Amino acid sequence: MELISQHTKKIMEGCKERARDAGLRFEDETLEYIVTNRDLLELSPKIMIPTLYDYWVHDVEVLKGKGRYELYPDNPYETVINTRPAISYYNDNNPDWLNVMIFYHVLGHVDFFQNNLYFRHTWDYDFTGEALSDKRVFTKLRSERGHWVDYVIEFSRGIDNLVGYFPELDRLFPVATSQHSLRLDYYFDIFLQGVKKARTTEYIKEIERYNQCITERGELCEDIFFAEVDRRYPEFTAMYHKYRQKKATRPLDLVQFILENSDFLNKEENKWMKIIIEVIRKTSLFFQPQIRTKIMNEGWASFWHEILFLQDDRISGHEVDFARVNAGVTAMPRVGLNPYALGMRMFYFIEEEADKGRLEWNFERLRNADQRRTYDTAPRRGREYVFAVRENMSDFTFINQFVRQDFVSRYDLFVAGRRLNESRMVWEYYVKSRKGDDYRQMLLDSLYHPPSITIDEENGRRNNTLYLVHRFEDKPLLKSFLANTLMGIEYLWGAPVELETHEVLPKTTRGDRTRPAGDKGAEAKPQWQRVVYTMKERKLSRRILA
Amino acid sequence: MKSDLWEIYEQLKRRGLSSEMADKIQAEIRAFEAAAHDKAMPEPPPRPPGLYAYFDLQVLQGVSMARHNYTTQIRTIDELLAKDRQREKDGFPRKVRVGRMIKPGRGGKDKVVVVPTATEEKLMHDPSFKDQEEEQANGGSGSGQEGEVIGEEPVRPSQKGSGAGPGQGEGEEHELESSAYDLGRILTEQFELPNLQDKGKKRSLSRFTYDLTDRHRGFGQILDKKATLRKIVETNIHLGRIPDIFDINPVDFLISPKDMIYRILSREKDYESQAVVFFVRDYSGSMVGKTTELVVAQHVLIYSWLLYQYANQVETRFVLHDTTAKEVPDFHTYYNSKVAGGTQVSSAYKLVNEIIEKENLAQDYNIYVFHGTDGDDWDTEGREAIPQLKTMLRHANRVGITIAQHGAGSATEVEKYLKKSGLLEQSPHLVRLDVMSDDADESRLIEGIRKLISQDRS
Repeated sequence: MELISQHTKKIMEGCKERARDAGLRFEDETLEYIVTNRDLLELSPKIMIPTLYDYWVHDVEVLKGKGRYELYPDNPYETVINTRPAISYYNDNNPDWLNVMIFYHVLGHVDFFQNNLYFRHTWDYDFTGEALSDKRVFTKLRSERGHWVDYVIEFSRGIDNLVGYFPELDRLFPVATSQHSLRLDYYFDIFLQGVKKARTTEYIKEIERYNQCITERGELCEDIFFAEVDRRYPEFTAMYHKYRQKKATRPLDLVQFILENSDFLNKEENKWMKIIIEVIRKTSLFFQPQIRTKIMNEGWASFWHEILFLQDDRISGHEVDFARVNAGVTAMPRVGLNPYALGMRMFYFIEEEADKGRLEWNFERLRNADQRRTYDTAPRRGREYVFAVRENMSDFTFINQFVRQDFVSRYDLFVAGRRLNESRMVWEYYVKSRKGDDYRQMLLDSLYHPPSITIDEENGRRNNTLYLVHRFEDKPLLKSFLANTLMGIEYLWGAPVELETHEVLPKTTRGDRTRPAGDKGAEAKPQWQRVVYTMKERKLSRRILA
Repeated sequence: MKSDLWEIYEQLKRRGLSSEMADKIQAEIRAFEAAAHDKAMPEPPPRPPGLYAYFDLQVLQGVSMARHNYTTQIRTIDELLAKDRQREKDGFPRKVRVGRMIKPGRGGKDKVVVVPTATEEKLMHDPSFKDQEEEQANGGSGSGQEGEVIGEEPVRPSQKGSGAGPGQGEGEEHELESSAYDLGRILTEQFELPNLQDKGKKRSLSRFTYDLTDRHRGFGQILDKKATLRKIVETNIHLGRIPDIFDINPVDFLISPKDMIYRILSREKDYESQAVVFFVRDYSGSMVGKTTELVVAQHVLIYSWLLYQYANQVETRFVLHDTTAKEVPDFHTYYNSKVAGGTQVSSAYKLVNEIIEKENLAQDYNIYVFHGTDGDDWDTEGREAIPQLKTMLRHANRVGITIAQHGAGSATEVEKYLKKSGLLEQSPHLVRLDVMSDDADESRLIEGIRKLISQDRS
């Protein structure tokens, strides 16, 4: 790996200036490296982080099947990595004009990494730097503990998709608390509404009583107010304390829970394992926002490389070359999803809509198609709006909010279906739906979505196990992966592990025998049953819950 | 076909069947009929790349992810496998999988693809679940009314490798092609599969080596002095120039140019032992899914191993059977043939015996027969299968029977009657049985092979 030439770097610096003028914000320093195939060989299993720890499965990683994008919460082959300074990788024979385009794309990513709030937890340190020191720690541990280091890496990687990314974000963005106390919030928001199910008139009366109290008594008001409450509802104080306790303890994700509560890990001779687990957890958290903003991130970068490239005075004469490459990147496939194309169109669409003032309630409630078509209040705030979107949204919110009928119709999008035509023995692709809602649902369904696993401490204490509950979302877990994952958890936990999940009831007692392939009639609603898998002494067993 | 099956069923019934067995057979026939009725759903074509399959380096710079080349790979395979053995010692299941994959080609051009794969298991939603439930939906763009067909794709015969695991199937990009021979080497060396000791009969092949072995009078590459002298003496005796054999004076010899004997380069037939392997597979209605996969995966491995042992001198024959048996031309067909009717093991054994007899294979070949089944047989007591098996044992060097059981249940019919026949004890060097459940993994498969082919009586 070597840095790009001075000549190319100068081009990059020119791009930075122009990007800044257009409103992008990013740190001054970036590093650009030329990579060869050999470099990529080493980089790709390490998710393009050159300093990531070594792990033997990386050696076979390239040989993993196609399934990896579904399985792994990282976005492995990015040109830019979210480090300080941001590092990006280049072919050594790119012509200058192509580099200009790629530089703008890269700057779009860098801007996104450094401004989108879902990346907030990655802003305060340089991941490559930390990774390097972690790598050294691993090497040292390896020299002391031998191959057991790799088992710990393996088992913690087995659960690294279950890290509490959103709780982590939640910690970083505490909800601005108002001046009033938790007790007050609890009383009005939860106790009265949720527990007592007070009628609206009663509720308003209470508010009035409080308001009156505060004007009369000022500072002392709260105590007096709650003295009355205690008289009326003697159970209130106890319930409030319980609530406060619950609120104070944040739910831990599985990895944290094991770190804190595993007897095995907390033994003196096993404490070194915790270092490894921490690193794996941190690495996973680092990549979480990347996979959750794929469409936005690529869309944003494509949006900007297109705008900025076309404005760039240095590349005149290469418009046709650019058009060809750019079309390859940002064309919508006839069937399939391209995050670059989709995201870019969404940003263009949002900008345009905001320019015309259509992202407002006045427009929302218009039902007349003709009026909708010509609606334009001309606030011309589109650019500002897309910057706000870039800052505050992730793929889910982005799609959920902006993929609408207008967008789908505007770009001629549809949900494509596939069916078998038996008479001609061909697979037919057909337009299944042009409804905005269907298209949005299809997109949402294709987003990364790891299972949600929580820990049931009570149940665990009863059986002296670690009792995990898989939240039911109409999706079964992949059975063939259960055994090894649970074995890993059992190892780290040091005691038996149970996992409660839902499975589809087999249609017949021997489903594999009697099911004729392609039997449509059998596609009735699946019947679910609750099952518990137990991993005890590296043996997996299953029982059905009533 | 329908009536055939019921006929067999009636026959069996007359001979007496347990009610459980009768149910099983009926279910199998019905399943077959149902399957024949509405045509089997062909394998769907691969999905277009999803959202997360796109990445900058490829899209913007046309960089495809590099992969290790073959030579470096073999070295790492060795290291990986050493690592894997260590895992076993530490009490964890093996992680590296080798040899789950064959890339069948038409006309005997099967390639075995050596791909060490490791899966990082995590708790995740089953990605295949949705597709069963409803029609697969994808994004699309462009013109077309709702319901309009916008394109079609012919239903191709599936090219998928065995199993639904990573590292095979359509992932061409990630494959390393190698010969089955290499896989055999890896299996033998790394998994410590036994070497074949008895290489059996020798037989000339259509392979030649070239050596200076032929003699030629008059000219050639090297003068064979001894032979030349002998010839000269002979000629001179005929000419009467050696009156007294006890007093020879070489000066008096007449030497004809024709007496000069030379060695010249000649084609020599090479003698080596060779083998013919019969792969026999049950493809009856009960063999759907995992069991078929296991059996075929194991047969690939066995094939590779034998190929190595016999230095490529292995002929393969493929036999499929349900209630009747048929020979198929190549591994591709053998692998891909869809599930058909009922089960009668004897039919397959009979066909193998016929082939051996008709082509007189026993004389020239070491014969191996490997049979994979789920253990069901309508011929519950092996009344027909056992005699056929006995006949087969007269010729075969080894018969290996793999039973991939559905779940861990009681002994299957095949297992029962094999055990009852006593053949396993009588001739353990000739016939071996391996029973595994249908969720067996790679290491179990290899363990099974060891059991099937090892020389020691175990």
